[in-house]
Amino acid sequence: MEWVLAAANLAIPRRRVSPITRRNTLVGLAFCTPWLIGLLAFRAYPILAAFWYSFTDYQGMNEPEFIGPGNYVGLFRDSELAVAAGNTFQYTLMAIPAAIVTALGLALILNSKTKGLPFYRTLFFLPILVPDVALSLVWLQMFNPQFGLVNLLIESIARLFGYSIAGPGWLASTEWSKPTLVLLNVWTVGQAMVIYLAALQDVPQDLLDAAAVDGANWYQKIWHVTVPLVTPVIFYQLVIGLIASLQLFTQPFVISSGIGQPGQSLLFYAMLLYRQAFIYFNMGRASAMAWTLFLVILVLSYVVFRTSGWVHYGGEEKR
Amino acid sequence: MAASSLALDQSRPRARRTPLEVALSVVKHAVLLAFGLTFLLPFWWMVATSLKPDQAMFHIPPLLVPWQDPDTWNELVFSNYPRAFTFTRPPFTVFIWNTIVIAALSVGGALFSNPLAAYGLSRVRWPGRGLLFGVTLSTLFLPVFVTLIPLFLIYRRLGWIGTPLPLIVPTYFGNPLFIFLLRQFFMTIPQELSEAARIDGASELRIYWNVILPLAKPALATIALFEFLQAWRDFFGPLLFLIRKETYTISLGLNFYRFEYETAWGLMMAMSVCVTLPIIILFFFVQRTFIQGITLTGIKG
Repeated sequence: MEWVLAAANLAIPRRRVSPITRRNTLVGLAFCTPWLIGLLAFRAYPILAAFWYSFTDYQGMNEPEFIGPGNYVGLFRDSELAVAAGNTFQYTLMAIPAAIVTALGLALILNSKTKGLPFYRTLFFLPILVPDVALSLVWLQMFNPQFGLVNLLIESIARLFGYSIAGPGWLASTEWSKPTLVLLNVWTVGQAMVIYLAALQDVPQDLLDAAAVDGANWYQKIWHVTVPLVTPVIFYQLVIGLIASLQLFTQPFVISSGIGQPGQSLLFYAMLLYRQAFIYFNMGRASAMAWTLFLVILVLSYVVFRTSGWVHYGGEEKR
Repeated sequence: MAASSLALDQSRPRARRTPLEVALSVVKHAVLLAFGLTFLLPFWWMVATSLKPDQAMFHIPPLLVPWQDPDTWNELVFSNYPRAFTFTRPPFTVFIWNTIVIAALSVGGALFSNPLAAYGLSRVRWPGRGLLFGVTLSTLFLPVFVTLIPLFLIYRRLGWIGTPLPLIVPTYFGNPLFIFLLRQFFMTIPQELSEAARIDGASELRIYWNVILPLAKPALATIALFEFLQAWRDFFGPLLFLIRKETYTISLGLNFYRFEYETAWGLMMAMSVCVTLPIIILFFFVQRTFIQGITLTGIKG
């Protein structure tokens, strides 16, 4: 326990540590102990270990053997990986804007004193309750170009207007497979929507009233008062969405039976990482893939943070 | 009757809505209903498919409702439901039970570790608190894959591969999102309550247990729901860590209705309904609490 007190002493220089501070530090650390262990054992250590493995030849059974940056060099020569990385980026670029617009749009509509709010809120939240695997399988069934519901609807609506068209190939087509996954992702925006709703309900009514007194219409109130006040949540969803999309695994894995078909259009980065690590037991190579992904996420998050001038932090006192 | 309603109208300052407001409201509900119906389509398709006999599965054009084509609708096809349970080896009830056990123990873990950390980060003043909270928030953005391989190797060394332990044990050591949500909730509880209890000589643990936790029930219910859903829906964890079929969860079990060249769609959708419906019913009961439990007050801080 001595080092804890020493740390507490260091943290507040040029002031004698009062017994109360000392006691509070011990109490605070005691409450946080499980989480501190979690931080060290389940986060800090694995990140560092993965970094070390990424420079080794490690098949999981042997002792890791240092080979320098060979694993990383190998990644750039892997043409399959290039396809998967391309797919992953394409998907991310489509999925994030679609999810943010849908979730925020629905939350804004629901926030405007809507009758039946609990009903709609539940309705839009429901898809979250379906297991990912079941979700992917329903999608596979619904978006079957011949036997599926979606093309039946599209084709019959087109027929109403006198057109005879064939619907897209959806999950059977290399061009449409990723947009179909984006739709699947849009269907599960319920959780994000609930969080936006909670944030919207924190927007002070007096600000909106003040804007109304100044003659703002509903559109101006939303765009110049409400949306700026929820930008921190949008920002959070953007970064979280980025991380989730770049690591997308379950849906394409289940839909394509693990192999990324049709063509290689549903081959995602995380699927190849899984294959290297847990099918080929190429732990060194897989760790290099994991760290590369980590660095890409760090760089992209940094870019988002640096360009986050649009994020509005209220004048509230920092807690 | 008419007079009284007229009087009622006059007593309310904004009784009459302008035509624009009415139009906006109509548009709003039209958009919501259109979206709502679209959101319901997959559920409907799931149920419709689960009720179709095998020969109706590949009807062209597809049958919107199972009884659309009398030729294929000769028997009650609720039979997909009981068959789905006995079709897999071991029977699907084993997978459901395994998932319930993992989910229950994980919820226990989440309710143990996260409120403790959230309390330490919000209700006790100590010098390292801000730093630890910052680190906690930054781990929200940590990709799973970067920690996965070393964790897998540790679990293997401990002999945990093939058991549900890797899915359960980490929940006893905190989750940054839950810590954050609980902390935001704890911050809204007046400090005076804690002060009063301290003056009365209550220990910190007692304040935590007898004052703060009872007040934080909605937030606790929220993280319990999130953790349960996570365990119920998880595919990747079980795929990595479970080996024997007897230990599989529902997400892995659902793949037993698929074969190389064909899929037993009716059975699979029947089972999908079976594993989704209880969760939807559960959600209806807890949703009020759940909405109260998400507090973002002070998110800007």
